This record gives sequence, C-alpha cells and structure tokens, in this order.
Amino acid sequence: MYQHTRLTTTSSFNFFQKFKNFDYVLLICILILGFISLATMYSTDGGQILFHTKSHFTKLAVFTLMMLIISFINIKYWFSIGYLSYLGVVGLLIWTYLFGITSSGSQRWIDLYFINLQPSELMKIFIILCLAKFFHRMKIENVNSIYTILTSLIIILLPMGLVIVQPDLGTALLIAISGIAVLWFAGINYKYFIYTILGFVISLPFVIAFLKPYQKLRVLTFLNPDKDPLGAGYQIIQSKIAVGSGGLFGKGFLKGTQSYLEFLPEKHTDFIFTLFSEEFGFVGSAILLIVYAIIIYRIVAIGASSRSYFAKIFCYSFGAAIFVFITINMSMVLGLLPIVGSPLPIMSYGGSSMLATMIGFGIVMSAKVHSQQLIA
Amino acid sequence: MINSSSDNVKKLNSINRRMFITGSFKFFIMLGIVSRLFFLQVKENKKYLTLSDKNRIREWKLAPIRGEFHDYFGNVIAGNFEAYQLHIIPEQVEDFRYVIFRVKDLLNLSEKEFKKILKKKKEIKPWETLIVSDNLSWENFSKINNHLYDLNGVKPVISISRNYPYKENFTHLIGYVSQANENDIENTEAIKKNFVPGLKVGKVGLEKSFEEKLIGTNDIERYEVNAYGRRISQLEFQKGQKGKTLRLTIDTEVQKLVNELLKDKAGSICVMDIYTGAIVAMHSSPSFDPNLFVFGISQDDWQLIRNDPMKPLVNKTLQGNYSPGSTIKPIVALSALENGIVNTKFTVNCRGHKHPMELYGQTYHCWKKEGHGFMNLRNAMKQSCDTYFYEVARKLGVDKMSETAKKFGLGKEVFGDLFNIEKKGLIPNTQWKKNALGQSWLLGETIITGIGQGYIQTTPIQLCLMTAQIGNGGYKIYPKLVVDGENEVSPTDKFTPLYKESRNIKIVQDAMYASTNEVRGTSYRSRIDDPKYQFAGKTGTAQVKKITKRDRELDLKTFEIPYEERDHALYVAYGPYKNPRYAVSVIVEHGGNGSTTAAPMAKKLFKLIIDRHEKRQSMDDKKYLEI
Repeated sequence: MYQHTRLTTTSSFNFFQKFKNFDYVLLICILILGFISLATMYSTDGGQILFHTKSHFTKLAVFTLMMLIISFINIKYWFSIGYLSYLGVVGLLIWTYLFGITSSGSQRWIDLYFINLQPSELMKIFIILCLAKFFHRMKIENVNSIYTILTSLIIILLPMGLVIVQPDLGTALLIAISGIAVLWFAGINYKYFIYTILGFVISLPFVIAFLKPYQKLRVLTFLNPDKDPLGAGYQIIQSKIAVGSGGLFGKGFLKGTQSYLEFLPEKHTDFIFTLFSEEFGFVGSAILLIVYAIIIYRIVAIGASSRSYFAKIFCYSFGAAIFVFITINMSMVLGLLPIVGSPLPIMSYGGSSMLATMIGFGIVMSAKVHSQQLIA
Repeated sequence: MINSSSDNVKKLNSINRRMFITGSFKFFIMLGIVSRLFFLQVKENKKYLTLSDKNRIREWKLAPIRGEFHDYFGNVIAGNFEAYQLHIIPEQVEDFRYVIFRVKDLLNLSEKEFKKILKKKKEIKPWETLIVSDNLSWENFSKINNHLYDLNGVKPVISISRNYPYKENFTHLIGYVSQANENDIENTEAIKKNFVPGLKVGKVGLEKSFEEKLIGTNDIERYEVNAYGRRISQLEFQKGQKGKTLRLTIDTEVQKLVNELLKDKAGSICVMDIYTGAIVAMHSSPSFDPNLFVFGISQDDWQLIRNDPMKPLVNKTLQGNYSPGSTIKPIVALSALENGIVNTKFTVNCRGHKHPMELYGQTYHCWKKEGHGFMNLRNAMKQSCDTYFYEVARKLGVDKMSETAKKFGLGKEVFGDLFNIEKKGLIPNTQWKKNALGQSWLLGETIITGIGQGYIQTTPIQLCLMTAQIGNGGYKIYPKLVVDGENEVSPTDKFTPLYKESRNIKIVQDAMYASTNEVRGTSYRSRIDDPKYQFAGKTGTAQVKKITKRDRELDLKTFEIPYEERDHALYVAYGPYKNPRYAVSVIVEHGGNGSTTAAPMAKKLFKLIIDRHEKRQSMDDKKYLEI
C-alpha cells in the first residue's frame, strides 16, 4: 500500500524533479565519449573540419538532444510501445529488403532524404525492448515453457533472417546476441544456453561450408593474416601495426602516421578505435575503456535501482549488449576475432548506430528518472 | 497479491543472480582486452613501431658518382660529364598529350622512339619520373629550355654520366660501363648494395676489375609516403661518396702513339717499366669507341664491331694466344746456358735448305735458304738461326726449357686475378702433354718448341714481361697498372733473381744487342745509334700454318700471300741498352715479318718513351717534394 501512495505522488512529479533524478555521471560520460569521438573524427579528416567531423557533430548534437527528450518520457510509455516499435523496425527491414539502397554489395539502407537509415542497427535495441516487454509480465514458471521459448526464438530469428539476406551476417549475429542477452536475464534455463553453444560448436564446420567465399576468407584471414598481407590480411595487419606502434602514450593527436598516410582502411567507422589507440596509446585506450566501463556500470546500476522488472531487464540486457558491441569491435581491430562489420558505439561514424545507441541510453535514462515507476 | 509478489521476488532473485554472473564475465573479458592492448602497445611496441616506419618511410637511392681514371700525369682518361636529360612527371602535366607531342616535334623523335616513351609512361605510376631522353645534345637541350614556358611539367635535368675523352685509345685497358644487368647485380656485392635503376657499371677491363673501388655510394633520400606510394615529405638527405679515382701508370702520349702505330692493323703493343713493372702503354688493335656503350649501343654500331674480321672485341694483349716464334730464343738460349748445355763457344753449322736438319725422317729447315754457316750463340741469336736453336733445344730438352720459361712469367696470368679474361698461354712439357693429350712427348716437338712453334703459346703481355725481366738483369717484377696506394703491400718475392748465374743474363742481353745493333742482325735496320735511345731486341715471325715444300719453293713475298695465311710479326725489346728502363713487345697479326713490320714500330716507340722518361721521373720527384 505504501508503494501505492508513492505511486500517486510520483504520478504528479514535476519537471524539476525529473532533472534532479537524472543520472549525471552517465550523462557526463556520454558527453565525454561524444567529445572524444569528435576529436577522433577531426583527426580522421586530417586535422581539418571536413565532412565527417561536421556530420558527426550534427548527429551527436541531434541525437543527444533526442536522448534527453526520451529520458523525460515516462518509462511506462516505452514499455507500451515495445511490440509496436519492434514490428515497425521489422517493417523497415522488409522495406529495406524490397527497396533498400545497395552499397558495396549489400542492401542495408533506406533513403530517408536527410539520412540513410540502416534499420538493422535499430533492431539491435528494439529487439531488447520487445523481449523485455515479453518477459515483463511472465510468471517465473512459464519462462521455460515451450511456448515462451518458441515465441522468443521467432522474435529473434525473424529480424536475423531479414538481415542475413541483405547480406550482413555480422549485424545479424549482434541482433541475436542482444536478444539472447534478454533471454539470459529473463531466466531461461542454463541448459538451453549450454545446448546452444554445444550445438553451435558442433555445427561450426557445416556453417563454414555454407559461408560465402568472402566470409570464409575473413575467417581464414583471421587465423593467418600474414598469408595474404596485401589482400585479405591487409586490414588486420595494418590495424595491429597502428595500435602496436602507438606505444604507451601514443604518437600524439593528429600524428598517427598509419591513418594520416592512409594505411588504415575504414578508419571512420569500424577501425576508429585503431586510430584513437595509435594517437593516444595504451594510456588513452585505457581511459576510453574506463569511460565505457563507467557507462556500462551506470546502466547496470540504474537497472538494479529500478523498481519495475521491465526497466531492470532492459537495462541489464542493454548494458550487456553494449558491452558485447564494444568488445567485439575492439577484439576485431586487435586481431582477436575475425573481421565482422560492427561499429564501436558512439565513436564510429554512422548515424543509424548512433541513433540506436542513443535511444538505448535515453530509455535507460528514462528508467533512472522514473525509477520508482511501477509498470502493471 | 502475495502470490504475485513472491513470484516477483523469485524473478528478481533470478535476474540478480544472472546479472552477477554476467558482471564477472564482463570483468574478465575487459581484462582480456586490456591485456591484449598492453601486449600490442607496450610489450610488442618496438616491433610494430618498426613496421609502421617501414610502412611510411621509403628510401630513394640516387646513382652514385663513379670514380675516374687518370693517367700517370693526371690526365682524365675516363671521367664524368654532365649529360642533359629530359624528365617528365606525368602527374604534374596538365595536358600530357599536348606536351608529349610538343616534345616530339622539338626533339624530332622518330615514331619508334615515341612509341617506346608512351609505353614507358604506361608502366610507371603518374607521380614517378618518366625519362624521355637520357642524353640530349646541347642543341636540343637548349631548344627545350627555350620552350619551357609552353611545356608545363617538363624538367630538363643535368645528370652525371661516364665519358671517355680519348675514345678508342684506351678501350681494351679501361673497358667501358653500361647499364647493370642481373648478372652484374648478382655477382658483385658493391653493385647489389648501390643498385638503382639505370646504374652504369663496368662491363670489361679495369672498369670491371675495380668496380668496388670506383662505384662510390648512393645519395639517399628518405621520404614519408602514403599507402599508395606517393611522396608526402622529405625526411632526410644523405650525401653519398664519389667513387675512388684511380691513377694509372699509363702515359697517354705513348698510348696515343701505340694506337697510331697499330692503326688499321690487328695486333698488340705493350710498354713496361722493367724495374717497377708499371705498364706505360698497353693496346690491342683494332679498338672501338667505348662511349658508344654508355647509353646502350645501337644495333648498327654493334653489328659493325661484332662482325669486323680483325675482332675488335678481343683484347689481344691479354687474350691473344700467339706462338712466340723467334722471340722465345733468348729464353731457350738462357735455359741452355743456365743448365750448362752450351757455352758461348758451342757452334752449329747451318747449311741451308739443301741440307736441313733431319730427325727420324722429318726435316727441320732454317728460315734462311742459303744457311748461316757456323754459328755460335751470339751469332745465332743475332741472325735468328733456327738450325742452331734446333740443336740446342734437342740437347736441352723441353722440360728444362719450360722451367726457365715459366720462371720468366710465361704460361701464367701476368696480372693474376685482375682481369678475368686474361689467358694463361701455354708452355708445354712432357708431363703436360701426357695429362692433356694422353700422348708421350716427341723429340721433334722439342725441336720446334726451340724456335717458338708447336704447342707453345704466349700472350703479348707475357712476352713483354719476359723481355723486361731479361732487361733488368734477371729479376722478378710484378706488372701493375695502378699507381700504388699508401698501404698496398708489394709481393715479397719482388726482385728475387731468376737466374743461377748473372753472367748468363749478360750473354743473352749482349746477343739481343747484337741482333738490333750489329750488321746482319735481324732488326739492324730499326736500330737507333744514339746511345740515349739505343735498344736491344729480338724479332719473331710466327707461322700460322705449316710451310709446305711448295711454299718453300715459291718463296712468296708477304703481300702475295692471303691475309689469313700471313705470318704474325713479333718484336720484343728493351732499352736504352746502356741503362735500361723500358721493355716493349709488339705483335702484328699477319704482319708478315718481325724485322720489317714489328721492329720499326719499336724504333718509333723507344724514341718517345725515352723522351717522356724524364717527365715521368719529374712526376715522381714532385711526389717526394709534396711529402
């Protein structure tokens, strides 16, 4: 009953109280990250304010503002649009499949005139939202029922399939990971995860047999990048050289020779960490990692302090997903994983990825602002 | 409500437990990434820093400046000149087609040359230098310079290249340079180290022998380049060193005279200092202009040189194996004296063609139809009596003869390893024939070896060395072409006596004197009476084919015999007789007769050599003064 009284009081809480409830640590960390990413983008433009820097700045400003707006909207609302938004993004994926823009051999984008949207990036977040809502009201006994598992699998596999046909195996896997994170926190039995992992390992040879030649090449290149140093292995070798030559303190801002002399491929997007690491060294990279760690910690902490199960499971899963995105991107550029196209959240150039991440942050922030909000 | 709340608690417990597991996972994965970063950036930093520098820094080597050859008096005989070249960097040209056609018109390039340039352009990157012409005439070069306003991106460049100012005079001695090929790069470390495209290296002669000293070191430019190889900025310029300049023992004036003497003839002349072994002149004729090879010889020129029947490409001084003919007689006589076979009083009766020497049914004729009569050593040498030397050789035996000949430098390379083309010649003995031909030696072969025919073969430079060592009183010397550097060690057995008794050398010297300066001597007509120039020598006429009975009966004059069948004319001499300093060997291929063709050349030579001697001496004094 006490809860109920609180509820009635909070329902009328005002604008200033929302401000007070803001997680300023998270906000500051996101702003620091934004600043670092802008500086790095400035460096990729060769120390000039050119297209990438300008565009990145605009996106950063717009999406940060959007994040703030999202955070002022009650978490209840985000709960209520869980399924709808998921279906909306699925619709966008179908649209992409039918009318998308093709670039470098895959059909991933929708032309929205002011922005080229990549719906698969959005799916990384909205699948969490959808599944979080799905498990929110579920009784613990029903979590492991066949119906639940099948439904959630369909929710995951549907967008995955739509992304794989683009083709974009990397993003499809990241969507799957986001979904699986929710399943994990929802309390699906351990054995299913173990079976899945076992099944995956056993079927790996068959999966490889079905991979496209360029995907096979990536795996082989990962195993032995020196086999074709000027061809398939070029990216990863140059990336490792850039990171390794950075040393403890780096070559200095705007002095990364690997990127400045154009040895680094994809330096704006997937390999942005390489450039950062080359210029700021081990110390700089560690600081960046700490910023990311604080962000993830705050997301988890917000989840822990939330009263509603929906907010909790969303924050935990989103935190886990962001963590996976970061580690996969870094492992990739450090030569620990094969090259799968996965951007580094906020740092990488690319509107859709930033939009998705900022929406995620916004919902987490909203969970913080409305942490006492219960969702029926 | 209670139910749902207990359900809620269960759910919360579950999610918190799983969050804890996830958190631990995250911690360890984060740790993994940090340690990977640490490994790459701190532990392996050096390795990757090197790799990164390798990526971004590229070196451009420029052709080193080659050392020069100077003669004894400091005249440049192989030097460097400024070659006018025309470079284009296609990227810097706004309208390449226009410019290249303009250049074509200005230089009057043929269609073939023009196509070659266009092909070259396709092979290089747009920011690389296209060499349109590597040796422009001054006229064309200034024409281009006048039209530069119209030729955007065209660069007239002055570059250093080899030049041989005396043209064919020194060709066989110095050799020539030309573009390095794969063999050159592989076989010579110095070339490999300093190689740049278009590098010119020595192909033959001293240019090749002293490659490592002459080549110098590259200028090195270090540039920062981007991933596509485009130069971004120059980081460093390292000046290279010019190759060592070598001062030769050659006297250009004498060399020029030698060239003149052998003009239109095939043959070789060497002049040597008999005490120091310094080569004053050395020439093989015919010769060719080495400058033709520097920028690649044209097909026509090459065919002309290659197909010349006088074989200009063969260095006859070092590669020509000739029968020494009578020029071997001083050695045969010396050997006989040394071994106590004959003394000065020993006489042989030469009775002419009607009564030739006979051995096992073979006859051995003297060159003189009427015969010389009773001959002792001095007279036999003076008149070059073959019969006398048949008899001496028969008594001496080929093995003892070859021993003396080898002592005096025959049968092995005079310059050691200096020239890889130098021939050894051949001084036969019984053992050699058994090994090489598997047959035993015949006495008849000994007899003809005694007059320098048969298996015996010598090179002109060997004959010169032999004569020099007789002329200096029988002491071993080492011929050389380059004036010694400070820290070069001379061989320890230099100036060791080659005789058993110095009296024997005197006897041979006196006989050679007689041959040139006394009536009836074979080269009497070429003598110089002035003791300042007076020299002692020995003629030789080497048969290139066996003289048949018919030939003997016909007794044709030289000009009546076809060129290829004429005898080689030889002459060896040293002088001045009273105070000898220089030795000379002359060989004129198919020149007919030593006394009429070769000896007169020696006469002209000695005049000049002795006249130049003082000047040469004063160069040495100057050296001491400087110290």
